[in-house]
Amino acid sequence: MIQAALNIVGWVGLVGGGAFVIVGALGLVRLPDVYSRMHAAGITDTMGAWLMLVGMMAQSPDWLTAVKLFLIIVLIFFTSPTSTYALANAAYGGGVKPVGRDEEGASSNS
Amino acid sequence: MGHVISMGAALFATWLLLSGHFTGLLIGFGVASCLVVLVIARRMDVIDREAQPVHMTPRTCGYWVWLVKEIVLANIDVAKRIITPGLPIEPHLIRVKATQRDELGKVIYANSITLTPGTVTVDIDGEEFLVHALSQEAADDLATGEMDRRVTALEGEG
Repeated sequence: MIQAALNIVGWVGLVGGGAFVIVGALGLVRLPDVYSRMHAAGITDTMGAWLMLVGMMAQSPDWLTAVKLFLIIVLIFFTSPTSTYALANAAYGGGVKPVGRDEEGASSNS
Repeated sequence: MGHVISMGAALFATWLLLSGHFTGLLIGFGVASCLVVLVIARRMDVIDREAQPVHMTPRTCGYWVWLVKEIVLANIDVAKRIITPGLPIEPHLIRVKATQRDELGKVIYANSITLTPGTVTVDIDGEEFLVHALSQEAADDLATGEMDRRVTALEGEG
């Protein structure tokens, strides 16, 4: 019974996570500029990675392996936004102009 | 002192979970190595309320649950926009106010914005964040200021 539930969680996690990673990759190609492509990369970093790791946790042979996989989720949770910010800030500081309309005051690069 | 205890507990829990050894001698080695790290960190003066935010810990669990829910909803929204040709994608920059008192609160808020697909923090300018939003809905969602209020509440009175 428990094994069946764990198998279902594993299937849903791995297939769902894979689907989100594919959507993220599609967005990386489809979206217009570097800033909007970061949103697509964000999908891969969050739902894609989380669902896959949760699926792997359900399939892990013992609880210590599951804890280690959970620590990877925590690591991604803290490092991925930091690196995305570093990338976005570097692009902005380097003078890459975002595609699309400007909100008031946001276009002045002072 | 509370910060030292909390860091020691975190170090030892990590050691125990990553090693998986539960026998006397090896646990002794684990404790010893954690103590060495604590002494070094103490001498480097890096154990403070920023490294060990124990004043926030009781409230973080509720915030994380809320944040994960927001991230899941935003993920589904952005994924729909990518795979449906008709849905509007209108990237633009907005400015949002951050009401957090110290830098740690601002970092939590900025990282929460970035972690949510559809909004990325591009620049921090004192009390104001420059945020890149993928759609009008994502920008409006952020402009309500609910996330800002929750992170400020996380800081508490201390």
